[in-house]
Amino acid sequence: MNSNALPNPLLTIDLTGPGTMLVARGGWTGSDTKQLDHLIDAFLSDSSRKAVTIDMRGIEAFDTFGAWELSRLAATLRSRGHEPTIVGLESRYDVLFRSVEDASVRADKEQVTPRNEFTGLAALGETVVGWGKGFLLLLNMVGAVCAAAGRAILKPSTFRFTSAVHQLDRVAWQAIPIILLITFLIGSIIAQQGFFHFRKFGADDYVVDMVGILVLREIGVLIVAIMVAGRSGSSYTAELGSMKMREEIDALRTMGFNPVDVLILPRIVALVIGLPLLTFLGAMSALYGGELVAWLYGGMSPEIYIARLKEAISMTHFKVGMIKAPFMAFVIGAVACTEGLKVGGSAESLGLRTTASVVTSIFLVIVLDGLFAVFFASIGM
Amino acid sequence: MLTPMEQPVLSVRDLVVGFRDRNVLDHLCLDVQAGQILGLVGGSGSGKSVLLRTILGLLPKRSGTIAVFGTDLDSIDDAARQKLQRRWGVLFQNGALYSSLTVMQNVQFPMREFLHLPEHLLDEIAATKLAMVGLSRKDANKLPSELSGGMTKRVAMARALALDPEVVFLDEPTSGLDPISAGDFDSLIRTLQQTLGLTVFMITHDLNSLHTVCDRIAVLADGKIVADGPIAAMLASEHPWVKSYFRGRRGRLLEHSHEHRSA
Repeated sequence: MNSNALPNPLLTIDLTGPGTMLVARGGWTGSDTKQLDHLIDAFLSDSSRKAVTIDMRGIEAFDTFGAWELSRLAATLRSRGHEPTIVGLESRYDVLFRSVEDASVRADKEQVTPRNEFTGLAALGETVVGWGKGFLLLLNMVGAVCAAAGRAILKPSTFRFTSAVHQLDRVAWQAIPIILLITFLIGSIIAQQGFFHFRKFGADDYVVDMVGILVLREIGVLIVAIMVAGRSGSSYTAELGSMKMREEIDALRTMGFNPVDVLILPRIVALVIGLPLLTFLGAMSALYGGELVAWLYGGMSPEIYIARLKEAISMTHFKVGMIKAPFMAFVIGAVACTEGLKVGGSAESLGLRTTASVVTSIFLVIVLDGLFAVFFASIGM
Repeated sequence: MLTPMEQPVLSVRDLVVGFRDRNVLDHLCLDVQAGQILGLVGGSGSGKSVLLRTILGLLPKRSGTIAVFGTDLDSIDDAARQKLQRRWGVLFQNGALYSSLTVMQNVQFPMREFLHLPEHLLDEIAATKLAMVGLSRKDANKLPSELSGGMTKRVAMARALALDPEVVFLDEPTSGLDPISAGDFDSLIRTLQQTLGLTVFMITHDLNSLHTVCDRIAVLADGKIVADGPIAAMLASEHPWVKSYFRGRRGRLLEHSHEHRSA
């Protein structure tokens, strides 16, 4: 047989007969499709080839991939005006071939509608519009939570007390160890740095002022709020998001419950109560860390540290820190719940929303802290 | 290639699977021959899904052997197991489509991973597979969250068939579909079985499917297969659950309509 035009045995050309004959051999299956595809391309690249018989007698295995390649070969030849004859295809493979050919003809007829993907400037515009919409949704959430809080105040029996206590346990009680540890370390580090640098010009005593004021006014509440945003904000978003995906929130709505009353208000109330408590504990832990460092590293006895602290700080500093805590809690809760309800149908969007929740709430906490700094400075606190 | 009756495609021997102090499957034995469509029925909580998940290796077993294509699944290493997994396809009850991939990408996913085909070929073949299960290209770029229940099942079927498996495991393929769609899906399974020469292991509650599609029915009760055979054997069985299932009011209604149609 004069069949060395194509070196691969899957498909060879035989020119001995009256017309061109293609001889198929071996397994035309998924794992050989790549090779087969190249062979068919090589054959079809010469558009002068015509009057083809395709001999399928040598086929040992045949599946939808092989059937699709055969139908592609036949369809291309047909479009060039040469109806190919397929011979020797086993009847069980022939049924498969017919149905694949049928399906691929149907598939080819239909128009593909590409998904709308924004690129370039359109993507930028889309992002900005998305921010605007996100801000409106956040405002909407703030409004909805305030309305729900109003309803709960007017009719306290409707408030989900059990749920709020459960959330309080999760976001505050269970967070105590990690918050104490982190604020203790932060307090120690501030004190150590203070001693190291202030010692150069003999201002050791002022380290206590620095630790006291910094911890009570700024660092305590900021560290705790950032920790809570990462710890509880993310879990709120993930919980509400997966409830949204599994239609649990729709189920609540259809039963006549308002998801804001049932799910969101107790969570936000728990945060608003829990965050100030954690801030207080965190500040105490940081002051304690400062004291230990002052004693062990700075050589300042605890009695002197406490006496200096009494002189350095006042109730005002403490109030400034504590007043900020519930507002930050509210922002974290509102952002987390808004992002949770934005979750769509896919697992990817859940991850995306959880990230957005943590990043946005930490950003807003810091912005809020700056606004409070301006406010307190202007009223002289 | 093996001749069909020589060796069962799936062979389960003395399988025991349990949770805590309860054995859900208790020395269960079941064979499925090549080219068969087996329907597995049983009451809710009788362990049908447990059996399927154990066969697929998703649940640990306490004792017994499971052999697929004559290979004991315990005796092979990971590479051999992966090779074997390419030869079966699974349709999960809720589709289990990858939610962040489009319909087209879901079907392409196994082909892309295992066959290393060029992109245009992946597109064309996936479109053909979607057409074979009755979906159009309009749906190809949708996300799973945008699909109806019936379309989800069809996409899941196309994905299960992506690599041209020899066996497909279907977990309640027609549940949640309206009777017409369920009937279409049944005939789809039948057609695909005939054209591709598939072996089908199907969990179903749909009496219609059992009548029209299945060559053989196995009934799971009390952790064992209590009845096994064609529909006629089910109707003749004296086991109380089988009796009430196939000869209860719903079963009788279907039987009559079935006789009426075949008459």
